Amino acid sequence: MIDFEGWTCPAPLRDTPHVVAGHGGGGAMSADLVRHLIVPGYGDAGGTAERDCAVVEAGGARLAFTTDAYVVQPMFFPGGSIGDLAVNGTVNDLAMAGATPLFLSAAFILEEGTPLADLGRITAAMGAAATAAGVRLVTGDTKVVGHGSGDGVYLTTSGVGVVADGVEIEPRRAAAGDAVLISGDLGRHGVAVLSRREGLEFATTVASDTAPLHGLVAAMLATGADLHVLRDPTRGGLAAALNEIAATARVGVELTERDLPVPDGVADACHLLGLDPLQVANEGRLVAFVRPDQADDVLAAMRAHPYGTGARRIGTCVAGHPGMVVARTALGGTRVISMPIGEQLPRIC
Amino acid sequence: MKYLDEFSDPDLARSLLRQIHAATTRPWALMEVCGGQTHSIIRHGIDQLLPDGVEMIHGPGCPVCVTPLSVIDKALAIAARPGVIFCSFGDMLRVPGSGRDLFEVRSAGADVRVVYSPLDALGIARDNPDRQVVFFGIGFETTAPANALTVHQARRLGIRNFSLLVSHVLVPPAISAIMESPRCRVQGFLAAGHVCSVMGTSEYPSLSEKYGVPIVVTGFEPLDVLEGIRQAITQLEQGRHETRNAYPRAVPETGNPVARQMLADVFEVTDRAWRGIGTIPGSGWRLTDRYREFDAEHRFDVSGVRAAESALCRSGEVLQGLIKPHECAAFGRVCTPRQPLGATMVSSEGACAAYYAYRRVAG
Repeated sequence: MIDFEGWTCPAPLRDTPHVVAGHGGGGAMSADLVRHLIVPGYGDAGGTAERDCAVVEAGGARLAFTTDAYVVQPMFFPGGSIGDLAVNGTVNDLAMAGATPLFLSAAFILEEGTPLADLGRITAAMGAAATAAGVRLVTGDTKVVGHGSGDGVYLTTSGVGVVADGVEIEPRRAAAGDAVLISGDLGRHGVAVLSRREGLEFATTVASDTAPLHGLVAAMLATGADLHVLRDPTRGGLAAALNEIAATARVGVELTERDLPVPDGVADACHLLGLDPLQVANEGRLVAFVRPDQADDVLAAMRAHPYGTGARRIGTCVAGHPGMVVARTALGGTRVISMPIGEQLPRIC
Repeated sequence: MKYLDEFSDPDLARSLLRQIHAATTRPWALMEVCGGQTHSIIRHGIDQLLPDGVEMIHGPGCPVCVTPLSVIDKALAIAARPGVIFCSFGDMLRVPGSGRDLFEVRSAGADVRVVYSPLDALGIARDNPDRQVVFFGIGFETTAPANALTVHQARRLGIRNFSLLVSHVLVPPAISAIMESPRCRVQGFLAAGHVCSVMGTSEYPSLSEKYGVPIVVTGFEPLDVLEGIRQAITQLEQGRHETRNAYPRAVPETGNPVARQMLADVFEVTDRAWRGIGTIPGSGWRLTDRYREFDAEHRFDVSGVRAAESALCRSGEVLQGLIKPHECAAFGRVCTPRQPLGATMVSSEGACAAYYAYRRVAG
């Protein structure tokens, strides 16, 4: 019998004494960097790192507060740009706590030689995305680094929103029996970006799914359902999102593979590139853990919203195999959906 | 994807499984040679659906896994040199050498790039005439034609700043080595379909004959794998041991004559060390004298690089089918995809990584 419980890295952060690309992959290496180096460094001044957004009380209000850095290459890709991502990504981090997003900041790190026209396209995209999301970009900063020290434009956005009383959406509330829902199909953003990456250009009709999701969340909350967990499966994809929730709540997750919506264009690209679509990033999707008796109402509300038309149930939260995500294959076997480690490595053949 | 989805059809798979169950009267041990097949078996849970007693032994056909440590250390040494652009398939980047991996060499400032084709590396060489561009040319007969073509092109176009670090390995000598191992339990082989789509099937009937084992040329989708298993078990139950082609849509009997001609021009047979197994005579390819100037080992003197394997790692026994990955004491404890001791834990086609990623929940 294999002891799955014992399967954590015995020596976190000792893989390498330096930062490597995998530390930014959104998988186990990223999580360990936060948990074992960054948060301990903060000491008593720090918080927990259970989710992408903090909910704090200030002046009698419940505030959601988040920050996110964007280093996407290329800066422009089918379906959007780094500007869309920087607004929608931060809006979504707030939305996953059930917050109504209000104000955003933006800090630019610009590389010498970057065309101002590119910067103009990015800020225009940010403005349009903020307007569409109903948030305001109220403060910011600009720095320039030398040629060769950056990839054009790096962006950091922070966001503040308010959380209504009674809304308690957090990973630790995932409970055995919960229905696991997804708001739409998987892998579009990651494949769209890869298709334009230097040296890898391939023709695809797949465009990024980047979208603000707080309206969808509001529609889900309006059903009166007690939403346990919401998570946007960005870096590391659905595999990372579900593994993090399973680990935090000490529950298992069982998926039915044939119910996982992977569009043909994404499946084909992943097949060719040797990637797992469940580990590919999404920027306009959310996964929800909902009480089973409320799942149908929530699904109906999601499907009635423009960003949830493809919503469906993909699995169930279970008490068995805590911390582990398992999928039943089409042939009737099972496989473990593991936490991605660092960067996805394309297979050789 | 057209021509792939059809070969994952669950109803047809269940029908094949029924046939396999009906045909099986006693235990059999089959080896799937290729890592892609291992991946498919574990990924789809096929091993859990076979009759009790039918055991799939995971063979040495993962190119990343069998590339010897000394070659990886040479790659790390070359990649770390100033002025070098080192290009590789992605899953070689995390394979541990004696000290570190290519990711770490890259984080220390080396120019290490992931490419999907050796021809991309040649393009990089053309665009960077003042740099030395090296491609890590590993793999079986499957990846060899593209590498051969690239070196051929480099010579034709006069791109002298390109070279190939070669560690090609060949399937038929590995089958012989496995069958001649005193601890061998393998009773039948699923041969690697894509190797045969290049080389054809003519090398295998003599192996079937000599060792008395059925060899079924098999593809990679679930139905392909199940059909390979079905044919192998049918032969075993009937006391036959023949080479059969269960992957005719990709494998003509003569393979790919154009590719074979290119291979014969660029490569010659050599003894080759296999990680975890040892040196198998005549089991690899190296560049012929005509192309020696494109050999990275020749261009960069790395003859002094010596390497030692982890004493805890039993990947050699895994690669020979002597133990299952989880029977190694290091598996999942000190050896994980995150911190692999051996290459079988690195590549997603490696048996240990496949077990780690996809193993069903115990019980």
